[in-house]
Amino acid sequence: MIAWLRGNLFSGWASGLATLLVCAGAAALLPDLLRWGATHAVFAPDAEQCRALDGAGACWGVIAEKYRLVLFGRYPHAEHWRPALATALVLAVLAGFLLLPRAGRFFLGRAVPLAAFAAFGIAALAGALFLMAGGALGLAAVDTSRWGGLPLTLLLALGAVVGALPGGILLALGRRSSLPAIRALCAVYIELVRGLPLIPVLFMAAFLFPLFLPRGLGADVLLRVLVALILFAAAHLAEVVRGGLQSVPQGQYDTARALGFTPWQVQRYIILPQALRAALPALTNSFIAVFKDVSLVTVVSLYELTGALQLALAGDADWRPYFLEGYLFIGAIYWAGCFALSRWSARMEAR
Amino acid sequence: MRRRFAEAGRRAFLWQALAVGLLLLGGWWVAGRVEGELAARGIRSGFGFLLQPAGFEIGESLFDFHAGLAYWQAFLVGFANTLRVALPGLLLATVLGALIGFARLSPNFLLRALGTAYVEVFRNVPLLLQLLTWYFLLTEKLPPVADAVEFLPGFFLSKSGLAFPLPAFAVAAGELAWPQRGLLNIEGGATVTPEYLAVLLGLAAYSAAYLAEIVRAGILSVSRGQVEAAAALGLTARQRMRWVVLPQALRLIVPPAGNQYLNLTKNSSLAVVVGYPDLVSVANTTLNQTGQAVECIAILIAVYLALSLATAALLALYNARLLRRGSAA
Amino acid sequence: MKLSPLRCALLVLAGAAAGFAAPAAHAGKTLDAVRQHGRVVCGVSTGLPGFSAVDSKGNWVGLDTDVCRALAAAVLGDAGKVKWTPLNSQQRFTPLQAGEIDVLSRNTTWTLTRDASMGLHFAAVTYYDGQGFMVAKKSKVTNVKQLKGAEICVQSGTTTEKNLTDYFRAQGMKAKPVVFESYEASLKAFFSGRCQAYTTDVSSLAAIRDKEVKNPDDYAILPELISKEPLGPAVRRGDDEWFAIVKWVVYALIEAEELGVTQANAESLKRSANPAVQRLLGGAEDMGRLLGLDKEWAYRAIRAVGNYGEIFDRNLGANSPLKLPRGSNQLWTKGGLMYAPPIR
Ligand SMILES: N[C@@H](CCC(=O)N[C@@H](CS)C(=O)NCC(=O)O)C(=O)O
Repeated sequence: MIAWLRGNLFSGWASGLATLLVCAGAAALLPDLLRWGATHAVFAPDAEQCRALDGAGACWGVIAEKYRLVLFGRYPHAEHWRPALATALVLAVLAGFLLLPRAGRFFLGRAVPLAAFAAFGIAALAGALFLMAGGALGLAAVDTSRWGGLPLTLLLALGAVVGALPGGILLALGRRSSLPAIRALCAVYIELVRGLPLIPVLFMAAFLFPLFLPRGLGADVLLRVLVALILFAAAHLAEVVRGGLQSVPQGQYDTARALGFTPWQVQRYIILPQALRAALPALTNSFIAVFKDVSLVTVVSLYELTGALQLALAGDADWRPYFLEGYLFIGAIYWAGCFALSRWSARMEAR
Repeated sequence: MRRRFAEAGRRAFLWQALAVGLLLLGGWWVAGRVEGELAARGIRSGFGFLLQPAGFEIGESLFDFHAGLAYWQAFLVGFANTLRVALPGLLLATVLGALIGFARLSPNFLLRALGTAYVEVFRNVPLLLQLLTWYFLLTEKLPPVADAVEFLPGFFLSKSGLAFPLPAFAVAAGELAWPQRGLLNIEGGATVTPEYLAVLLGLAAYSAAYLAEIVRAGILSVSRGQVEAAAALGLTARQRMRWVVLPQALRLIVPPAGNQYLNLTKNSSLAVVVGYPDLVSVANTTLNQTGQAVECIAILIAVYLALSLATAALLALYNARLLRRGSAA
Repeated sequence: MKLSPLRCALLVLAGAAAGFAAPAAHAGKTLDAVRQHGRVVCGVSTGLPGFSAVDSKGNWVGLDTDVCRALAAAVLGDAGKVKWTPLNSQQRFTPLQAGEIDVLSRNTTWTLTRDASMGLHFAAVTYYDGQGFMVAKKSKVTNVKQLKGAEICVQSGTTTEKNLTDYFRAQGMKAKPVVFESYEASLKAFFSGRCQAYTTDVSSLAAIRDKEVKNPDDYAILPELISKEPLGPAVRRGDDEWFAIVKWVVYALIEAEELGVTQANAESLKRSANPAVQRLLGGAEDMGRLLGLDKEWAYRAIRAVGNYGEIFDRNLGANSPLKLPRGSNQLWTKGGLMYAPPIR
């Protein structure tokens, strides 16, 4: 114990000084923080009480009051069970992938899992989408313009990843193709898109796609934005997959070819499974990036979590002063998602 | 054998020609369609509008911009505003990132824990949310401009930003223009708006988390053996860092750090959500005033691509220099 | 059949060619499309009380929404057959250009640039507005001249942004606009005290002051109007038939007020002795035919939402929380600007 303290807190005068400084800082800040966040905070959805605080404590009541609007946006209030269920569905499938070691081994150990992954993802997406959209089986139809909050964030992120992965793999393979023109095309696409921030790409989805897509195809902002996210993510995923491909020695390719596999078969059964496994940690980091990037769709007025929060609080004089609490709330949601994914990827990397 | 080779070559050629052809066809189709649709729908197109007066003001700018100047000048102001926040952001992020990277390697447990906590928090929350939070803190928690706090003589902090004295060449060389309380506002001196501050802080804090990891990984990559050898030679910890670890780590740090710098610049496009008039914001306003979406988005894309290419070129140059040095040594 | 790469490519080519040949969707087809789908797709604001906003029961209400309802009633015979598409200031024109909405009825100012170069046509004016300023009363600002050097919050993508500049330039004053891309963000910034004033159409200011503020008396709307903001519905260019329908539905509502036809008495006035009333309500002559509609088009519109005066009073005027005066929106016979060309 003492030895640990010695080694880790007071190993030299500089270290000792740092320890003292950090402790002093903590002593100065922590009590205030605790007072603000807990002891003086208001937890009841009572605007009067919150106003009486006058900033001395947090008004967590704003979450209690508005959480449904923040989580589900403009979705019709009476139907909130549907986005809730859709969210649960998506989360359950994701958690299944991340947590069940069996699923993990299944996913990693064979050549098919990519298809299995896609199939699961698509099934879950389809189920959740149906719950959200309705229009059959006695569920009232809900227009996509009213979707919002957490399910929108999750669906967009998942949709972008599921949609971009095949494209990313093809682009990565294309970039290593022996045909110079294909190689150049893929490289140009990848580098072009990776050079852009997401916002202009979203602007394209909002302002340009409708002008050249035939009517009907371009009708839904949500769809257009999803397409933009997929196009964007595919280029980023392609680079990651390429990294994985490079980790597979060229000798394997030659050997397999000599054994009589066609080039596609070699890729499909030998190279890709290994490459994807090698790239998995990096891929997960890209998924995290996509998940965070989805928050930008609020710029083209889709009300995902961040947008839904604005919607819930900006138009309500009683609760407008408590954005900070709202930001912390959705920040915590994002953080939990990203942190879980990044832990998972670190574990994969360690294996 | 030769025949088969030739046939394979022909096949390959066919494939490529097809791909290129398809792409050209696709591009041609999209372009034709856009052009046709714009004309059929009576929407103006072309870049001629760039020469017309913009007709809107830009809240803050490095140059003397006013509404009578042309759209292209407005774009220039937007671009300058992007750099105005990105470049100081780079500096700040580098300093912060290096500090946190070192903290994560410190023998001191508390510093290590703090560094880790910082990285895990700032990396795992979307930048957009962080920007909004900074902005909210600045505009909600600071006093209104009428009650601005003067925390140093001539330095006022309020919801309207930070006002500070500036060398005023117009008055007399060497003299400072001092901000003063005016009727509504702080007048005189120079100000940076809360929008600017929020973007600057947000970008720096976010990128610092990534840079810290890059710095840490770079330093860790220098093998233990070398450090021990240096220690055996009698170099102090500081000398070891300066002469053994850093020069090698730097080679590994610079390329990813360069990418991170580029990311920071690209991320500055999020400034639009807190109302900072960066390039995207100006393009957005122009798009709305003129209705010329194709052109405005094309300009945006071109500028960001140029920035990316420039960064890539710089990094390539750095790498080439390293290689040359490496082989010379 | 094995799908060789070459065949795949040919298929793709054929697909592209088919896409090519697909007719561009616009021009002259709106009425048919509306009839075929059985609904009018109406672009409204994301929520501006009095013009277009969702009430506590989830229904869209407001002057702009009533225009769409009247349109649906006239064209489809059912005021309920409207699909609402909320659009913010920046994204309002693209869906109209692209044919995703049939009419944009969303506090949108009729300007030359928009009319002539953005692929749309304004059909009529439904509200004569002007741009104003709102300030916090405690700032003691009582007229615009005192806003010299002030920071002013404004939403991007509006005429407001440019008017602000023009006015301050004309006055030889400097203003610092703080521009936000979303309505919510601009409100949030103003109410947090970031700006000394907020500017937009005064009717909107009144709505904001009424709905978004804890205590409306804390805020004042300055007396000066700095611009003309004629608001009205717009349609896509190149469809004269639909353009005429939207235009005349609005005029029918104004004409109804002139003639004293109301939601309540329209039924009995069908047999009125006044030929003008008869024509409007389709008692005798069939005016609707000329528009491609039926005889009772205007009758149904009036039955659905009332005449212009009733719509105004219900949403913005005496019978609404906003209590805006009729002002310029009074009929021309009573000193206002509302004037419908004759329906004959
Ligand atoms: N009449 C002006 C301004 C109309 C406008 O968009 N006003 C804003 C501010 S009140 C608005 O309605 N925002 C609501 C939204 O974006 O949904 C115009 O046509 O440009």
